Formats: sequence, C-alpha cells, structure tokens
Amino acid sequence: MSALRQIAFYGKGGIGKSTTSQNTLAAMAHYFDKNILIVGCDPKADSTRLILHEKAQSTILQLAAEMGTVEDLELEDACKPGAGIFAPGTPGGWINCTESGGPEPGVGCAGRGVITAINFLEEEGAYEEEGLNFVSYDVLGDVVCGGFAMPIREGKAQEIYIVMSGEMMAMYAANNISKGILKYANTGGVRLAGLICNARMTDREYDLAKELAKDLGTQMIHFVPRNNIVQHAELRRMTVVEYSPKSDQALEYKELARKIIANDMKIIPTPLEMDDLEDLLMKFGLEEEADEENIGKSAEA
Amino acid sequence: MGPESLEAKQKAAVEEVLKAYPSKAAKNRAKHLGVGTPDDESQKTCGDVRSNKKTVPGVMSQRGCAYAGSKGVVWGPVKDMVHISHGPIGCGQYSRAGRRNYYIGTTGVDTFVTMNFSSDFQEKDIVFGGDKKLTKCFSEIDELFPLNNGITVQSECPIGLIGDDINATSKMYAKQTGKVIVPVNCEGFRGVSQSLGHHIANDTVRDYIFDGKVDTLGDAIVPTEYDVAIIGDYNIGGDAWSSRILLEEMGLRVVAQWSGDATLKEMAMTPKVKLNLLHCYRSMNYISRHMEKEFGIPWIEYNFFGPTQTIKSLRKIAAFFDEGVQAKCEEVIAKYQPMVDAVINKYRPRLEGKTVMLFVGGLRPRHVIGAYEDLGMEVIGTGYEFAHDDDYKRTKEEIFRSTVIYDDVNEYELEAFVKKLQPDLVASGIKEKYVFQKMGLPYRQMHSWDYSGPYHGYDGFAIFAKDMDLAMNSPVWAHTKAPWESEA
Repeated sequence: MSALRQIAFYGKGGIGKSTTSQNTLAAMAHYFDKNILIVGCDPKADSTRLILHEKAQSTILQLAAEMGTVEDLELEDACKPGAGIFAPGTPGGWINCTESGGPEPGVGCAGRGVITAINFLEEEGAYEEEGLNFVSYDVLGDVVCGGFAMPIREGKAQEIYIVMSGEMMAMYAANNISKGILKYANTGGVRLAGLICNARMTDREYDLAKELAKDLGTQMIHFVPRNNIVQHAELRRMTVVEYSPKSDQALEYKELARKIIANDMKIIPTPLEMDDLEDLLMKFGLEEEADEENIGKSAEA
Repeated sequence: MGPESLEAKQKAAVEEVLKAYPSKAAKNRAKHLGVGTPDDESQKTCGDVRSNKKTVPGVMSQRGCAYAGSKGVVWGPVKDMVHISHGPIGCGQYSRAGRRNYYIGTTGVDTFVTMNFSSDFQEKDIVFGGDKKLTKCFSEIDELFPLNNGITVQSECPIGLIGDDINATSKMYAKQTGKVIVPVNCEGFRGVSQSLGHHIANDTVRDYIFDGKVDTLGDAIVPTEYDVAIIGDYNIGGDAWSSRILLEEMGLRVVAQWSGDATLKEMAMTPKVKLNLLHCYRSMNYISRHMEKEFGIPWIEYNFFGPTQTIKSLRKIAAFFDEGVQAKCEEVIAKYQPMVDAVINKYRPRLEGKTVMLFVGGLRPRHVIGAYEDLGMEVIGTGYEFAHDDDYKRTKEEIFRSTVIYDDVNEYELEAFVKKLQPDLVASGIKEKYVFQKMGLPYRQMHSWDYSGPYHGYDGFAIFAKDMDLAMNSPVWAHTKAPWESEA
C-alpha cells in the first residue's frame, strides 16, 4: 500500500472550490480506485453534499455540542460513507465524508472549531482506516487565522491545490494563500502543488492563470472549462462523474484526477509583491494603467 | 554607616543586579530600578524609576492580569452581587476567596463573596460562542440565589479572543428582568498588569451603577452634612471596619465602603456624600475623579497604617468639616493615645533598628512605611507590582532616607536585592513568601496579612505590631539554618 497522501483545496470564497474538489475526488475514486476521506473545514458544511446526496451532513462540532463534549463523540457518528458509487463495497474506490462545521456567522470561533475537528479525527483514527489513499481538506476562503491554517500545519496536508479563475480577486486570493503556505512551508512540510483554473471564460484566462502559476513557481495543473452540466448534476446533489460519467466534463475531471495522482511537482511558492501582481493583471488587460489624475474620481466627473 | 555610604552601597547593589542580564534586558530593567532619595529634587519619580510598562519576557513577574484587577480587587468584594468568572474554570477557581475580603452576611443567601461562580467554558462554547450559556447563567443565578442584587460578568481571556458580545447579552437580560447586570471587558491579556483591570472596573461602575440609574434598590437615603465614603478599602482581614469606627467616632457618617463589605446600594448612593476618602489611590482614583467632575464631590487621600499617619490623616479629614468634628477628632486621637503608647512601649524595644524590604501591589509599598517607622524599623527597599509614575512620586514623600526602589521586581532581582541588603524582614506576597522563609528570613505576607489583620487604624496597628514581632522574634529562627549555613 502506498503512503497516505494528504491534500487540501483552498481558494477564494465562491470560486467553486467545493464543487471542483468533490468532482475531482469523485473522479479519483471512480476512475482510479482511490479511497478517500473528505474533511470539510468550512462552517457552511457544503464540502460533502454531492458525494452524500444530502443537503448537509451532521457536523463534528454540531454533534459534539449536542453530546456535551467532543470527547463523547464516536467516529462513526461523524464520519459517513459516500452514497451510490462511492459507498464501500461498490466498484471503484470509496469516499468517507466528515464536516467540521462551526458556529453560525458572527459568533464563536470557527478557527478553533477546525482545530478541534481535525484533532478529533486524528485521535479517533480516521486517518488509519485500512486502504485509505487520500485525505482531502476543503477549506473556506482564505487563511484568515491560525485555525484555518490547521490543515497546512506540520503533519497535515502536504500538497495544496488552489482553485482560482481569471478574475482579479481570485488571483489576489491565490497569491495570499501562497503566502500562508510559504509561512508554514519551512516549519512543516506543506508545498504548493498547483493551481486549478475553474474557468469563468474571461478574456485570456488560460494564459493569465498559466502566467500566475509560473510566477508563483508552480503549475496550472488543469484548466477546467465551464459547463452547465455541473449545475445540472448539482441540482440532483451529484457529481458530474456520477451523473454522467461519459460526458466531456466528467472526462475533464478524470484528467485532473489523473494529474493529481501522478503529480510530483510540489514546491515552496514564491508569492508576488502587490506591485508585481498588479503589473501581471495589467499585462493581461484585467487592470488598466492607472492615470494618476483619475484615481478616486467617479465616472461622471 | 552614614547616609552617603548607604546610598553608595544601594547604587552599587542596583548596578550589580543589572549585570546578570543580557544588554537589552539590562537596558529595560535599568529604567525600573533606582535609589530614591527624599530631598533630591531632580528625581521625577522616586529613584527616577519608570513604571506601568510591559514586563520583560522570560522573567518571573509577580504581577496579575486585568481580570485579577477587576474580579479580584474592585468588583469581587461587592457582597450582594454575584460575580461570574466568564470563561474556563481555572481563573475563577484559583482566584476564589484568596483575598480575605471580610463581609457580614449569610454566604449563599444574601452575600456571595467567597463563592465561585463560573460559566465553565468548554471547547464547544469557544467554537459556538458563549452568549446563550451566559444568559443561562444569569437565570440560574436568579433562580438559585433570588436575594442577589445584581450580577457582574468578569471576562476571562477567551471571551475577548472569540469576540463574544457580553455587553449585548447583559443588556438584553437586564432589560427583560430589570436587574443590574454589569459586563466587564477585563480580559487578562489587556494591559501590562492588573492595573488596567482596576480602571476598566471603575469605568463599569460609572457606566452601569451611576449612569445606569440603579432604581431597584428601595428608598434613597436622606443626606447629611457629615456623609463620607471610604474608597479603595477592600476590608482585608477587617481593615475597613477598623477604619470606619474612627470616622464614626469623630462624628462622620460612613455611607459606603468601596468595595470591602460593600453593597450595590451603598455604591449607588455614594454620589450623595460630601467627601470621598481614598485609601488605595491606584485602584480607585478613577472613580473618585469621576465623582469629583460629575457630582462635585472632593476626594482626599488618607493613610490609616500606624499611629503617626493615622493621626495625620484624621486631622486632614476633620479639617474638611466643622469645628465640632475637629474637636471630636482630637478626642478620638487622645482616647487612643494610651493604647498607642502601650503598643509602642511593648514592641518598639523588640523591633528597634530592624530593617524591612517591601514589595507589594499599588498602595502599601508607601503606605506602610510610617507604621514600620512607628515601631522603630526602617524600610530599606520598596517597590510596586503595578504602580504608575504618580505612585512613585507619592512614594518619595514617604521614605525617610535613600531607599532602593524596584518596579515590577522579578524573582531573580528580589532575591538578589535581599541577599545584598540583608534586611531583618521581607514583607511581600504569597508567591515570594516561601523563597525567603526557606532562606531562613522572617517574612510577612502583606497582601492578605497572612491570615491576620486588620492592620488599619488603631486596632489594626496593635495587630500589625504583634505580627511583626511574631515574625522576627520567633524562637523558631534559632532552630533553622539557611542552606549556605549548614553547608559551611
């Protein structure tokens, strides 16, 4: 049995992280027989719904709160096997699903929740399951505090995939996340493993993503084209891989899955300074050369 | 040994203590150590020491935190209110009943000082926030202890870290029930010592007791011309009681004690008094200044440690009132003089010429100097845990001759100074106590009077003198040897 690989998906909020990660992981299980544990690290708890065919699964923290303390919680209460083709005993690999969960917006400490949940999974032996090939963390938005950096600390995810698109804010976020990885790269073993461009079909998106990847010292591991079939599958709470395994889009995810499994380019990123990032955006026409006189002026003026 | 040689020796001791540090720490600590001289006009503070600064990381400071300043000092002794230690259990339990704030009442029925109320935060409360739990605490307290007159919420560190809005939760419960609920944002990581906690607590008294228009407390008092309040006396071992009898004997009416043996009602009606008497300047000057500005109530500092200072203070207080009070003041002084003489005649011969080194909180490092001098003893070193520059300015007026001054002294420095200055008595806190007793040195715990007290007023002086004699002249010292003595 090959060594367990721990990977994580980061990226700007709303970029399609959870959708991309679930489709990719589904492809890894379905086409390549990989056994996977998904650890959702987002209080919204939407990292496993397409695998489970559920609205949202009961989260570790919710269950722990109901029981009184996290010590009272059992792994089988919080860890659910995937539905349909991802269940154990079906052909192809299986996927187990957990969600850390967290507080409602505006109260408590979601970061501490992530730490609590990951500690729980480790202590309960979730990572020691027979045949497990991959652990995948799906983390909200940005590395805003120590809690959300938990998945990239020592002994956790070694490879990070940043989901991005050719939009300015997504690029900023990708650069920021690279800074977070850089911080932990020297103390732990975390590496940037690639950018996944979840296409918005903006101008010159492919070139831009490739250029950013090059500047960060990494690769654009795959360019996932936009396709409405993803949304159709989501309406049935399914991945494309399960909904329509022969579709073009499923094959795109299959290709991404293949590349991730074969990936051996794991680097310490070289994040850009703000000026360099702006230059890059300007070069690809996302930003115009600012006329100093016009800065801060409204369109009417 | 003349004063010059003493001062030179003291300065050399300071230099030598600093030598042990790496240069950066030495530079920092040099600002906090000095030799104070009473007549040196060039010294801005006593010994020119700086204060109220961050402790050097890595040294063992004796300081507390903002929570300690609010819960442990200012709010904790208010006896008819319940004070919730809001957060994990440790802060509440380890600060429980340690300060010996005496009070009258039936604990658990109408008074709650020595009890520990904690919201006992668990991991889930950190993650999901503690607002619902806090509301539950409020209603449980009201159900189990219906005679409580209000609740304060003393924030521990995690509350500030997760950003729980205790103010909103408190406000909502207060609105629903009409009760006095005081949220105090005194998270331990705020500020450099417990001093900020005093300030924060003072501000909440202003905002929730004065401005809050506490109206649930029955009839207002009918003010008289002789109403005073004792501010900054925490009634440790009964200190405020042995103080207030003197004020009452000279014809004043003590309307409130802040906050030893205090009730919410007496605090709420303090703005009606004619004069505020401030004992612990450091912890309650803020609210005294506020009452002066807002209600026009003057305040004066006084000192009831030892007969010399007590007499001086009694006259200072009486001078504020009419001749009748002043005449009675002299009667009080005359009445207690035979007792003072008896105490001094008995103990002074046994203590004469002995030296003492002090390290206490924010008041006593200067306030008790006179009491030792009344017994013929000399304070040769003193310092504060959490004083500010104005405290050190006041210290200069109290010292007799050149004195070693150490601000926020740490474990190493205090031990080094004691070894160099070789006092006959060390008087400091519980954390330092056993270090010096094991050295074979007499020791008195000057935060909570070592299970003794009161030390304020005439009655307190008699106990103080007896305790110092007990410490220093105990036959036990003939039977103990310091480690270095037995090795020889």
